[in-house]
Amino acid sequence: MKECKGACGTPEQAAKLKAVIEESRSVPGCLMHILQEAQAIYGYLPMPVQKTIAEGLNISLSEVYGVATFYSQFSLKPKGKYRVSVCLGTACYVKGSDKILEKVEEELGIKCGDSTDDGLFSLDSCRCVGACGLAPVMMVNEDVHGRLKPEMVKGILDGYRRNEQ
Amino acid sequence: MAKDVTLKINNISVTVPEGTTILDAARKAHIVIPTLCYLKDVSCVGSCRMCVVEATGARGLVAACVYPVAEGMEVRTNTQKCRESRKMTLELLLSKHKKKCLSCERNHNCELQKLSLGYGVDEDRFKGEDFVLPIDDSAPYVVRDNDKCINCMRCVSACRKQHVNAIGPIGRGFNVHIGSAFDMPLAESVCVGCGQCIVACPVGALSERSTIDEVWKAFADPTKKVVFFTAPSIRATLGEAFDMPIGTNVEGKMVAAIRRLGQCEVFNMDVTADLTIMEEASELINRIKTGKTMPMFTSCCPAWVKFIEQSYPEFIPNLSSCKSPQQMFGALLKTYWCEKHHIRPEDLFTVSVIPCTAKKYECHRPEMEGEVNAAITTRELARMIKTAGIEFTKLPDEEFDNPFSIATGGATIFGATGGVMEAALRTAAHMLDGSFEVLDFFAVRGSNPIKEATYLVAGHTLRVAIASGLENAVKLLEQIKSGEKKYDFVEIMACPGGCVNGGGQPTLSDSVRNDAELKDTRAKVLYVSDGHNDFRRSSNSPVMDMLYEDYFIFPNSHKAHEVLHTTYKKDKRI
Repeated sequence: MKECKGACGTPEQAAKLKAVIEESRSVPGCLMHILQEAQAIYGYLPMPVQKTIAEGLNISLSEVYGVATFYSQFSLKPKGKYRVSVCLGTACYVKGSDKILEKVEEELGIKCGDSTDDGLFSLDSCRCVGACGLAPVMMVNEDVHGRLKPEMVKGILDGYRRNEQ
Repeated sequence: MAKDVTLKINNISVTVPEGTTILDAARKAHIVIPTLCYLKDVSCVGSCRMCVVEATGARGLVAACVYPVAEGMEVRTNTQKCRESRKMTLELLLSKHKKKCLSCERNHNCELQKLSLGYGVDEDRFKGEDFVLPIDDSAPYVVRDNDKCINCMRCVSACRKQHVNAIGPIGRGFNVHIGSAFDMPLAESVCVGCGQCIVACPVGALSERSTIDEVWKAFADPTKKVVFFTAPSIRATLGEAFDMPIGTNVEGKMVAAIRRLGQCEVFNMDVTADLTIMEEASELINRIKTGKTMPMFTSCCPAWVKFIEQSYPEFIPNLSSCKSPQQMFGALLKTYWCEKHHIRPEDLFTVSVIPCTAKKYECHRPEMEGEVNAAITTRELARMIKTAGIEFTKLPDEEFDNPFSIATGGATIFGATGGVMEAALRTAAHMLDGSFEVLDFFAVRGSNPIKEATYLVAGHTLRVAIASGLENAVKLLEQIKSGEKKYDFVEIMACPGGCVNGGGQPTLSDSVRNDAELKDTRAKVLYVSDGHNDFRRSSNSPVMDMLYEDYFIFPNSHKAHEVLHTTYKKDKRI
């Protein structure tokens, strides 16, 4: 991923990030916390945000990037308006959630971890949402869709698409 | 002082200070424990699990490189359990290692290969998913082939130790690979090109971008005249590539070998080290007298210059405007020597042999492009000699070609940390006070990371400091910035120990590096040579007399500035 196109955020977001860095920089091991806050502010961790953090903490960009890519909770790409998350936990997996994930990938035309070009959907996998009784499960934002079959995927996604029209 | 503890390793009793690791204690008992991720002074993370041993009081196998000894401990380093574990570790590493050993430049000098042979591994026991990563050859100084990387982290540690932090581990699990932030090409990162990662790499994942082919091509081109010149430290290290003991001076054989590669002149780059001193000492005196931007920093190390431009641009005015000896030599050949011999500069192919990978970048800096056509490392020269079928160790000793053969001892010691400072002091002190005869400045010698000294010359107090390794350079810079320390002249070499330990020097395996005092043993060659030289002060060199009489008139003259000085520019990077 290269520098994000155009402005990477609002002045308000930049001020918030600055405040978070100022507040935590003296705490040992603060990088994780700052990255979490930054992701909450921006929704993801683009290069300029990581550079600001590196400069603010006087550590290298490669160190920040190493941590940001190690933890799956951090995203380097903006998330979609609808965040699709397919559970690959044990119960869902044995009930064939890998097929569900494949179908969503096919339907959205993106790979797990990516976002659609129109910014509407992003796709991730997760481990257990605590709804094993409904396996296989996928979540779209806060909505839980259970007892899925691959052929149901299109209809569910179309529902969200219709919301936008 | 730490108290001593006594333990048994393979039934041999050893007494070592408390806190010593099993690995170091074993070395004392002359027992070698295999390592991959461990490298003395550089990396100690205990991640590769090659050095596992059995120790009483420990659950399971422990990593000897990080596990401290204890009183009465019994360690076994060569049990069936240890051997099987190490073999399995190797087989797992090999499951995703690009096994292109035949053409790998580390073939026969690869730690993974050596261990695999020793442990009788089956390199195809585990069939891993093929995982093809792009080769990053964006920079002339370091080429990275991550398919050969075993994620030992030695390069990352070396880079961190240099305070550059251009590279780090990216991703997680099977996808972990080493690279720059955002997987950007190395050339766009904060990398300064010192090459310490290359000499730290146990396998063939890192190398310089080779320019050997360009040199062979120039040899074969009848319209080209080829000229070689070798940096001060090459004589102290080239022998290692031919299994000669560390610390052998091979100057004569080196000259003989280059002559046998093809039709060429072989010159001594020490000459432009002298020239650097003439110019730099004059610049220093000028700065002292005018009080202009002090302290002055040496500028012969291109990785250091790049570091300043990228990370501390506020110090750019402090850098001496002198080109490095490599660039001075290129410029001298393409002007003075070409004019004298009626050769068109474009018909002259200049090849520098350098201990350094950053010099490969330096010769393509836009301000100096074309002066040096190819810069090859000690390793590349050794490879050329081997390709040419030259029996290096049996060669006679030969001498450099005139007129650039004679140089002073001051120039020779450029290759070790403190050498430039000592050479500059010899000449600068004499320029300030003609009766100043001291030639040995012992306080600036040795491989200590930071050295300081104060000299009183002709009423001027000269406060000097020397640092090698960018980690130590940063310490000095921060002290200068905060006003805590005040100096007049500061020498910095990016590589720990200076050029003798440069990123272009022969790659020695961990078993050698963990045992030898590499920096001091190599540096000694240069200081012994200095001691035997009839000329020790650059301003006494007959070649300097000739050059200033014939061409430059006097140091820092208009002509000298035109040919021998350069400029720097801010290139702030994060």
